[in-house]
Amino acid sequence: MTIRIKKQSIGKNLRSAVEQRAGVDLTLCYQCKKCSIGCPVSELVTSPPAEIIRRLQLGAGDELLQTDLVWTCLSCETCYARCPNEINFAGIIDALRAIALEKGVAKPEGNSPLFNRRFLDTVKRYGRAYDLQTIIFYKLGTGKLMDDVEKFPTMLKKGKMAVSPPSGADKNKVRRIFTSIKSKKGQSR
Amino acid sequence: MKYAYYPGCSAHSTARDMHESCLAVAKALGIELQEIKGWTCCGASAAHQTDRVLAASLPAANLLLAKEMGLDMVVNCAACYNRSKSANYEVVHSPTIRKKITAALGQAYDGSVPVRHFVEVLSQDFGSTKLKKAVKQPLNGLKVACYYGCYLLRPPEVTGFDNPENPIIMENLIDAIGGESLDWPGKVECCGGALNLTRTDITVARSAEIIDMAQAAGADCIITACPMCQASLDLRQQDMKKINGKTYDMPVLYITQLLGLSLGISPKALGINRLMVPPRVVLQALRAK
Repeated sequence: MTIRIKKQSIGKNLRSAVEQRAGVDLTLCYQCKKCSIGCPVSELVTSPPAEIIRRLQLGAGDELLQTDLVWTCLSCETCYARCPNEINFAGIIDALRAIALEKGVAKPEGNSPLFNRRFLDTVKRYGRAYDLQTIIFYKLGTGKLMDDVEKFPTMLKKGKMAVSPPSGADKNKVRRIFTSIKSKKGQSR
Repeated sequence: MKYAYYPGCSAHSTARDMHESCLAVAKALGIELQEIKGWTCCGASAAHQTDRVLAASLPAANLLLAKEMGLDMVVNCAACYNRSKSANYEVVHSPTIRKKITAALGQAYDGSVPVRHFVEVLSQDFGSTKLKKAVKQPLNGLKVACYYGCYLLRPPEVTGFDNPENPIIMENLIDAIGGESLDWPGKVECCGGALNLTRTDITVARSAEIIDMAQAAGADCIITACPMCQASLDLRQQDMKKINGKTYDMPVLYITQLLGLSLGISPKALGINRLMVPPRVVLQALRAK
């Protein structure tokens, strides 16, 4: 297939930002496409893994942050495990996610970034994940209130969902980690 | 045999049965699991999808606690296992990230605490020969599809669990307790669990494919060592019918639940009643002589 890169985006260095964050060297990719072949979501996405690397090699700009694989990737790491040149493609996706979040352009179908925020909110507050709160706030944010509600009574009955928030964690330690990382990020910007 | 035990958040919520069966099996075999006091969340997928330093710092906090205990850290959740091993890997292999982790924790961590999955402890430290001797109710040839998923195996240089394309640790344990472990093509595939709530359509399709493969191989049940996989494969069976019209009725147990049954531990103590698809076939096989 033909890959078209927008002329105006060339030189904006998405590639070097990704290489630096993920600790990868994209010159090592010779497009054997083992990553794309093993990828469980290849068939569902616009650009499979090898094509994302090709686009980065050719100088793709921030439009790549919107490509569906960034948030459809399951982080199963089959790509990385099978790459003959040990390119950490799952790490590349994590780098694209982090950059998309920082630039405020992460708005995928299903809104995983919202789910992640709600999940981490509970970790910050209780020191451990609190599923019930994560799910309720995620559902309120997406409006998908009725999804899976039919499973809820059985899950509660079987004790598959804790009702009360977790206790026993060293909350201060977790808060310290979050606060410290947040302040460092503020400085580097 | 004594270890620092990290239960992980799901142990008290969606994977209570994983936690219960792990503790029951450890107790029956004389393996001492000392819970890490004040342990905190490993950050799971949410952290590594957000920030690389956060993703390594959260598990590193627990590894520091295990280090103080002077014991190997045993994890029974495959996801926590993966995140903790990744933290060790980052600390050892990336000096820049290591500095940032130290700053976040306010304390240096050297990446030296061995992280072990409970299945590794059973297979490598306890051993299948001793396990075989401890069996009270052999599985009578129950056909078991051992499912590994992603977190135990990949990336191989981080987890070092077993052969990433054809692992056999769980098969050896199942054979030791009298089951028949199957040769099937789905054991290292991804269940789609990372998107279980955000893109349920993908999880349901991926998990249905795995159950189809196990069924085609003649499996009576699937076993797993990961709460994400267990949730996808067990909980989502009722949704699978909607995508391909077939009825799904495949029991999906934690390996520790099946081991526990063979050790004569009561189903209740192993949290068998918590499974969404009741494992009738499994319980029948145990009764048969």
